[in-house]
Amino acid sequence: MGMTITEKILCLKSGKEKLSPGDLIMARVDIALGNDVTAPLAIAEFRKAGGRKVFDRKRVVLIPDHFTPNKDINAALQCKIMRDFAREQDLLHYYELGEGGVEHALLPEKGIVLPGDLVIGADSHTCTYGALGAFATGVGSTDLAAAMLSGEAWFKVPETIKVSLAGRPGRWVSGKDIILYLIGLIGVDGANYRALEFTGEAIARLGMADRFTIANMVIEAGAKNGIFPPDEVTLAYVEKRAKRNHTLLASDPDADYARVIELDVGSVEPQVAFPHLPSNVRDISRVGEVKIDQAVIGSCTNGRIEDLRIAAEVLKGRQVDPRVRLIVIPATQEIYGQALEEGLLSVFLKARAVISAPTCGPCLGGHMGVLAEGERAVATTNRNFVGRMGHPASEVYLANPAVAAASAVLGRIASPEELG
Amino acid sequence: MKFKGRVWKFGDNIDTDVIIPARYLTTWDPAVLALHCMEDADPAFAKKVRPGDIIVAGENFGCGSSREHAPIAIKAAGIACVVAGSFARIFYRNSFNMGLPIFETPELWPAIDEGDEIEVDGGKGIITLGEGRRELKIKPSPPFMAELIEAGGLMNYLKKRMTENEKG
Ligand code: SF4
Repeated sequence: MGMTITEKILCLKSGKEKLSPGDLIMARVDIALGNDVTAPLAIAEFRKAGGRKVFDRKRVVLIPDHFTPNKDINAALQCKIMRDFAREQDLLHYYELGEGGVEHALLPEKGIVLPGDLVIGADSHTCTYGALGAFATGVGSTDLAAAMLSGEAWFKVPETIKVSLAGRPGRWVSGKDIILYLIGLIGVDGANYRALEFTGEAIARLGMADRFTIANMVIEAGAKNGIFPPDEVTLAYVEKRAKRNHTLLASDPDADYARVIELDVGSVEPQVAFPHLPSNVRDISRVGEVKIDQAVIGSCTNGRIEDLRIAAEVLKGRQVDPRVRLIVIPATQEIYGQALEEGLLSVFLKARAVISAPTCGPCLGGHMGVLAEGERAVATTNRNFVGRMGHPASEVYLANPAVAAASAVLGRIASPEELG
Repeated sequence: MKFKGRVWKFGDNIDTDVIIPARYLTTWDPAVLALHCMEDADPAFAKKVRPGDIIVAGENFGCGSSREHAPIAIKAAGIACVVAGSFARIFYRNSFNMGLPIFETPELWPAIDEGDEIEVDGGKGIITLGEGRRELKIKPSPPFMAELIEAGGLMNYLKKRMTENEKG
């Protein structure tokens, strides 16, 4: 019996010849990641265990992005703890405001994560890097502390669900719609403890941005990791950025899958996830009249340059409805700069959007666009749980950037088709 | 590991934003996090809960973020253990790593009401309801996880392993 790409990476990193689902292993990690919310706790644990030096200054990555620019005094303190630690340990990958951004957009952009890597991050959306053909999964602060100390982490080898994508996506359909559709299909625990492997002839037509978006939200189906076996698109992306070697792996043809799901992306409409679960999806044509107070375009899910281009295409020559606040958040400093050069920022400004510094900000109800009681937002983010963007009685609807932009113009959740 | 306590009941898919909303994540002080535990599901929870109480929930408890602040808040609120139909992966991992006892069985939730007293015997893998009138089996935790709990969480387990390695 052959192995899946997930099993092969775990073999490689644990020095095993063969692994099967259910096996428990200790594995070497290539990258261990933390942010301003999870790292301070990990640093405290690291010290408590008597840690003095991290296992490798090039492999522990700390990124301030959740409550930055510092939203209040406590947030400033958390960031300071992380910054001081990064300096003390002389970490290669610590990115201050002005050079960084939202972690899961930033790490691939800087070539920090590469195909074949094993990555743990004290952030649930660490699974984003599966788009590069890496095994990447979210863990807690204690796991991060242990990895900072030992360079290792424990894993139970997951079963894999294969998602085979065929067909051509329609005009306004993106990676966001494919993953929302899939979550709607299998539910928020449909892939709990399992790997989701994306294959099929449609993959070759998906750019890296769409793949990142899809891998980003596998956690919303409970998955341990999502993974795209690397191809030419991956290599073209990685080669410009990589500063160390990488390993290209693929699943064996006779690998064992817990389940195979076939999906024709040609039949998927833009999706909108209604409150309060990402699985609560509807086709855009069946949304009905949902008035909004705010629209957010950004986050580790949809804050990449490709997302901003689509939003600008919809917003060009148009104005945001006067009752709506549109917040655009380029996910990293580099994306911000590119959006400036391409003239996208001026499209946003003229449309009466506000452009934020790179930050998680409203995505987790932190700052820079928190909702009041009874308010409603459409967002390109990944979670619409109770209170996610602010007051427990506010509502978040998840959608792709084109739908979020069109909704901002029309004042209600709408397809860009409606703009003519 | 034996716990006897009063039950607080929650439904399916209780996510980490409900367990501890992100607006309180500018601290990791357990005492502060405890004050806001489960706030968006039941604003008065932190006031009503007593040390030794038990949370009983449906499927997929702890889904969402990787924040360890969630099990910390639950522990600091005085909750002795959580019994759910199933747990989301990262929450499950975090709980073992930091020594919050959690148990899996889908049978308990429909069999009890909020406020009932139950006894959870982690060692024997049995939950007793209503003065011994009914017993439910818990799914056993994998041996490695039991080892983690026994060592007092991941960091202690690691320390133990490192000293053993040094000794040769
Ligand atoms: S953008 Fe949102 S989902 Fe992504 S890392 Fe930040 S808070 Fe988490």
